[in-house]
Amino acid sequence: MKAAPFAYDAPTTPEEAVGVLAEHGDAAKVLAGGQSLLPMLALRLAVFDRLVDVGRIGALQGIERRGDALWIGAGTTDAAVERSAEVASAAPLVARATPLIGHLQIRNRGTLGGSIAHADPAAEYPAVALALDASMDVLGPGGRRTVAAADFFTGLWSTVVEPDELLVGVSFPVWSGRCGFAVEEFARRHGDFAIAGAVVAVELGGDDGVRRCAVGLIGMGSTPLRAPTAEKAATGAAVGGVDADEIGRLAAADAVGVPSDLHGTAGYRRRVCAAVVTRAWTKAVEEARRG
Amino acid sequence: MDEIVVEVRVNGAPRRAQVEPRLTLADFLRERCRLTGTHLGCEHGVCGACTVLLDGAAVRSCLVLAVQAQGREVTTVEGLATDGGLTDVQQAFRDCHGLQCGFCTPGFVVTVTAMLADDPAPDDTAVREALSGNLCRCTGYQGILAAVRSVVDERAKEAS
Repeated sequence: MKAAPFAYDAPTTPEEAVGVLAEHGDAAKVLAGGQSLLPMLALRLAVFDRLVDVGRIGALQGIERRGDALWIGAGTTDAAVERSAEVASAAPLVARATPLIGHLQIRNRGTLGGSIAHADPAAEYPAVALALDASMDVLGPGGRRTVAAADFFTGLWSTVVEPDELLVGVSFPVWSGRCGFAVEEFARRHGDFAIAGAVVAVELGGDDGVRRCAVGLIGMGSTPLRAPTAEKAATGAAVGGVDADEIGRLAAADAVGVPSDLHGTAGYRRRVCAAVVTRAWTKAVEEARRG
Repeated sequence: MDEIVVEVRVNGAPRRAQVEPRLTLADFLRERCRLTGTHLGCEHGVCGACTVLLDGAAVRSCLVLAVQAQGREVTTVEGLATDGGLTDVQQAFRDCHGLQCGFCTPGFVVTVTAMLADDPAPDDTAVREALSGNLCRCTGYQGILAAVRSVVDERAKEAS
């Protein structure tokens, strides 16, 4: 349970971090909060020659409104997100997903950017980023680029971020109007990764028609997923006529590559997924109707 | 690998040591500072036994590198009581049978201390939520919950 030896750098600017990453390539790994990376190193599921600790980079910290989006610095801890009134009002889905991440000791160290860059399909923030069409600010030796969440996640624990690039921040579009948001998960034990989970955002028009909606799925594939068929079925419909159970069924059917392991078969996960989507849809719609 | 000199304040006292980057804060505290009150159960962030305060926030010290604590303030279970006695949280664990073998206890005591600093009047759901990251495998959680309840009630009484 001890990590293999590695060298350590603690740069103080994003550019300096990228410089170190560019020099060492695949052999180096970014260390953010370390709540996923350090267990993997301790269990020797992963081995790196060098860790680049980005925890001392002030430019990666912060939560600020930038036009129609809420920007959250990649190094912002889950606990800071959880405490933020700005997040609660501008990105309620992010706020509601946060208490479901691990336990308080984990949230005091874990970071939003770390979770998204780690890209665990069973984690909350990647699914929220995908559902809200967030955009990722990525810094590399050639400069900055912005990547849409839909293009960001490429597979289990993998993203388009190159070994010499650093995720700097994430911009979550702010949904305004009559909106509702909900996150529902089912896990065997409190704080565990969910067997399946759902994040839902809904915006209603004045006539109670579904103006837009987003359904994100947690733990249902090798990446976080959207449920396009379910979203399409609801969008434009009168909300009263949308059957929440049907949305759940459609969303579960949308998942591809559903994992099967000792926690549950793919078939069982689909059933759990349908149930959590239905619950999240119902809650989000109730909230939107009150708005 | 190059060793690094770390300087950390532990329970108010400056500590300095030359360490490998892979040394966890937990091992730094136990082996370099000889503060063996912090217990290591799983060493990969599941059991909560190694919980300490880092700049006042409860963290799992097996998931923090000693080098990450550079220049910061750490409080272990040894540092909670300042007068050689027990804090009210520690006393309540004793009074309410909140421990049996005691292995998980430092993690619970530190977690509860941090939780009550953040939220002095948690309901039972909030207490259970806060305790959920710490595992006890012998006495069970009812005594621990009762201990937290009694601290909350006593503090409320004193404040009124």
